[in-house]
Amino acid sequence: MAPVSQSVAPDAFGPAVALSCRECGARTPLAPNFACTECFGPLEVAYELPAGDPEGLRKQIENGPNNIWRYAPLLPVSPDVAERPSLNPGLTKLVKANNLARELGITGSLHVKDDSGNPTHSFKDRVVAIAVEAARTFGFTTLSCSSTGNLAGAVTAAAARTGLRACVFIPHDLEAGKVVMAAIYGGDVVGIEGNYDDVNRFCSELIGDPSGEGWGFVNVNLRPYYGEGSKTLAYEICEQLGWRLPDQLVIPIASGSQLTKIDKGLKELIALGLVEEKPYKIFGAQAQGCSPVSAAFKAGHDVVRPQKPNTIAKSLAIGNPADGVYVLDIVRRTGGAVEDVTDEQVVDAIRLLARTEGIFAETAGGVTVGVLRKLIESGQLDPAAETVVLNTGDGLKTLEAVADAARPTAVIRPTLDSFREAGLA
Amino acid sequence: MSVTVRIPTILRTYTGGNAEVSAEGATLAEVIKDLEANHTGISARLLDDGGKLRRFVNVYVNEDDVRFAEGLETATPDGAGVSIIPAVAGGC
Repeated sequence: MAPVSQSVAPDAFGPAVALSCRECGARTPLAPNFACTECFGPLEVAYELPAGDPEGLRKQIENGPNNIWRYAPLLPVSPDVAERPSLNPGLTKLVKANNLARELGITGSLHVKDDSGNPTHSFKDRVVAIAVEAARTFGFTTLSCSSTGNLAGAVTAAAARTGLRACVFIPHDLEAGKVVMAAIYGGDVVGIEGNYDDVNRFCSELIGDPSGEGWGFVNVNLRPYYGEGSKTLAYEICEQLGWRLPDQLVIPIASGSQLTKIDKGLKELIALGLVEEKPYKIFGAQAQGCSPVSAAFKAGHDVVRPQKPNTIAKSLAIGNPADGVYVLDIVRRTGGAVEDVTDEQVVDAIRLLARTEGIFAETAGGVTVGVLRKLIESGQLDPAAETVVLNTGDGLKTLEAVADAARPTAVIRPTLDSFREAGLA
Repeated sequence: MSVTVRIPTILRTYTGGNAEVSAEGATLAEVIKDLEANHTGISARLLDDGGKLRRFVNVYVNEDDVRFAEGLETATPDGAGVSIIPAVAGGC
């Protein structure tokens, strides 16, 4: 698809220089394209990053804004990006989780990167912020996406802030919190009768149709730019650790893009001299009811067979994960693993994280914490090493998943006798 | 067996810009062979050197992903709609 805008300013994409195919390496100019014309492989952003002065770059980042735009020199955005309207996500808390560590038998340090602190309460604000910049540069007027819920809200909110029209597509049976959140910001929220993979297919067809003309689909035709937003998770984790790499990371897998981009971000920090190189292991986390990547990992396969999702972790319910094969490559390269947990274990893990650290995670966070526990129990993850586990969204969005497990202890009359009778004194 | 094939944007250079073309064949493999006969070069974009569907191509016959059916041997009944879609979209 040709760019809508005919003239793109030379520095509109900062250090980004081209789109490059992950499969065959073919390069094409920066444009709203997502699949290689040679082999259908995914396109990703290629850079000429500011090498040679790590101290200067580190200072520039540390003096930058308190959001993802502090990393603008490493992102496909214009140098003046921080001056434009944006939800300004990022720089979320890295919580030292001593109580959780003790409970799980972790003797090294454990941190939770809590991305529920973003403007729409999930990590999706990071990726959407980059996609919005690309959409504006290419002259798109409507912002769209296929979403499992969190993304829809991030897109409608970003569109509201930046003055774009929004039209987002979601499976019709999502959690109420996610639907309300997506709809409250205005724009059109369209429920599709089908699962996420059906929604995704619909959007891929819409984009090739005249009715989708002028639309920037953040995770379709803007996907190469959008995905880069997840690199900022890697940058922040390392900066917040004092410009160090952690030993182990546990990351949720939906399409797998986030995991691959965190790895890309870590490698960039090493290449630029911003952190000292050392081995790190990346672990992927899935829900058993949608575990195509975990199944492939355990079977020793290098291809991912799609599944029909059936899990409460709806934000991870992508049965045909676009980046699944790259997740397998990365996990195997770094010596990590992919593991999955049952819905019951997801709920237990949500309660565990809440009870030990005061962090209320959405189901995806229950998946990562549940998998962390399983990896320790199976000896796959080193309890003496430094570990970072991701919570990518807010538990208030998936109340249904834990509603039965989190009830009032008692309902009493407003008298001391009632209080004592209830055994609470 | 005549079917309608939806062509993604990146393959429309092979179909003269058409988003939909007709093709003949009782299976997906036969449909792709027929597409190649009328739109030279399109088959190599869909199939790898071993003749298998490329891993980043999704093909649907009517509503069904052929990977859940018989792959290239999936039947393509008369009047069916075949959609070819890049697999890299979606998610995060």
